[in-house]
Amino acid sequence: MIPLGHYLIVSAILFAIGTCGVFLRRNLITILLSIEIMLNAVNLTFIAFARQHGSVDGQIIVFFVMTVAAAEAAVGLAIVIGLFRHRESLNPDAFTLLKW
Amino acid sequence: MFHSSFDAVVPMLCVALAALAVMGAEAFRSRGETMPVGGLGIVGLIGAAVSSALLWNRNAISFGVIVADNFALFVTITLVIVGILTIMFSSPVVKRDGLPKGDFYALILFSIVGMMMMASANDLLVIFIGLEIMSIAVYVLTGIRRDDPRATEAAFKYFLLGAFSSAFFLYGIAFTYGLAGTTRLDRIGAFLAAQSMSDNRLILVALGLLLVGFAFKISAVPFHMWTPDAYEGAPAIVTGFMSTGVKAAAFAAFARVFLSAFEPFSGEWAPIVWWIAVATMILGTVVGVAQSNLKRMLAYSSIAHGGYLLVGLVAANQVGKAAILFYLLAYAVTNLAAFGVIALLGTKNAANDELRDYAGLWHSRPALAGLMTVCLLSLGGLPPTVGFIGKWYIFSAAVGAGYYGLAIIGVLTSVISVFFYLRVVVMMYMSDQPATVVFPPVSTVGMAALVASIVVILALGILPTPVLNLAAESIATIF
Repeated sequence: MIPLGHYLIVSAILFAIGTCGVFLRRNLITILLSIEIMLNAVNLTFIAFARQHGSVDGQIIVFFVMTVAAAEAAVGLAIVIGLFRHRESLNPDAFTLLKW
Repeated sequence: MFHSSFDAVVPMLCVALAALAVMGAEAFRSRGETMPVGGLGIVGLIGAAVSSALLWNRNAISFGVIVADNFALFVTITLVIVGILTIMFSSPVVKRDGLPKGDFYALILFSIVGMMMMASANDLLVIFIGLEIMSIAVYVLTGIRRDDPRATEAAFKYFLLGAFSSAFFLYGIAFTYGLAGTTRLDRIGAFLAAQSMSDNRLILVALGLLLVGFAFKISAVPFHMWTPDAYEGAPAIVTGFMSTGVKAAAFAAFARVFLSAFEPFSGEWAPIVWWIAVATMILGTVVGVAQSNLKRMLAYSSIAHGGYLLVGLVAANQVGKAAILFYLLAYAVTNLAAFGVIALLGTKNAANDELRDYAGLWHSRPALAGLMTVCLLSLGGLPPTVGFIGKWYIFSAAVGAGYYGLAIIGVLTSVISVFFYLRVVVMMYMSDQPATVVFPPVSTVGMAALVASIVVILALGILPTPVLNLAAESIATIF
């Protein structure tokens, strides 16, 4: 049996990869994907803890998170399409109407 | 398991049903027909207010995770006020800008449902769901003017950092669940009370991640970067709505999680929140002084107000907790009214939100200039407005809890902030060169909402005792 720590380390690495992706990648779609990676890292954490506690709560939470992530992705992609219509670019550095 | 009644969800249900009715009315209307969807929304919100009043002092619990204690009901009523004022201010704006009416009101109502859920949730997962219901609706509202590149850009920046912070918040929930084996706040509190810091370093990780998630939502420094951009780019009335409603809901959830479940570890988080509060007050005020755009200036002012609310959270004595609730109400009404003025003065093609556009407003629109002055004085915390009473209670709570430094910094930053509020007032009354912009005629509904909020600001500024007592009563039941 794989100990809990291994799951937690994998999910922490995944979360870190997602976080770095949000900051480092210069394409809006890739940034959205990075956020999805972060959410899935959290899902892995929930499932690992659920197995450790022997309860299904964590697994049920994952379904909620997946639903929320889907809704978020839908809205995010719609906003990206809106941005692309104005600028014909997916590079976040092109969006400078408002100062950061 | 279903011995619990539905009582506690009734206020949310009223608003959710109104939102569904708005969607239905808009979907099934015949071409060219206009539906009174704004009125429908107001009916739902009044239903929520009435049911909250009926639930007062009853501590109803539904499904074990939604509690309608007085704290939740006080915030719910604040949110109802925010909702009604937003709908009244939006009705001329929606017509003028040609916004999709049904979508706009339905999104406003759905996000209020999410806010109410955050305020009354007794479970971290339910707080997360409420947070997302609220946030997703507000992302769309921010970018609802698709023809405006600035609004779309604002929506994207808000969405990106919002989703990013949600992931942190969720990761915090995951660790809390891993430690306590539950996401229910009461059980987490009971579990943590039996733990000590040296036992489990993971508690600190969970605490930190949850803190980051909340700090993003209440736009506390250093997680405030999205706020000025999102507030400047969004339509003025949406900015008003999200700077009040979102902040009120996020603060309610923040206070509940940190003052109930994580209370045993207040020795660990209070110093961190102390620093965040100081940084938030100082940055919000100092950078606010340098702004030339009124919406952006008010965005920084709302960051600073978040800092004052954090002072109440750090103090966390009885006065402090009641002061948070009172301040949320005071700030919500005042800020919404200020953004309402900006919204009413804009036109479809020109937002008219630069500071110089307001030069000589007193000569062209004396009534609006007068009402705006009251809002700005209340935001600056000058008597006889509600803003003064709110700040007074926050700072006296800090002094009472022995946080003299916080109170002094708070008072100093308020004094500086008065400078930039008064700059607008001086421009409106004493400018020699009136602005060349042409302001549109102001609608009756918008004016009525504005007058109503000014009456509240002044009435609560002169006679705050009944509402202060209600706030004190609200926190007595839980913490």
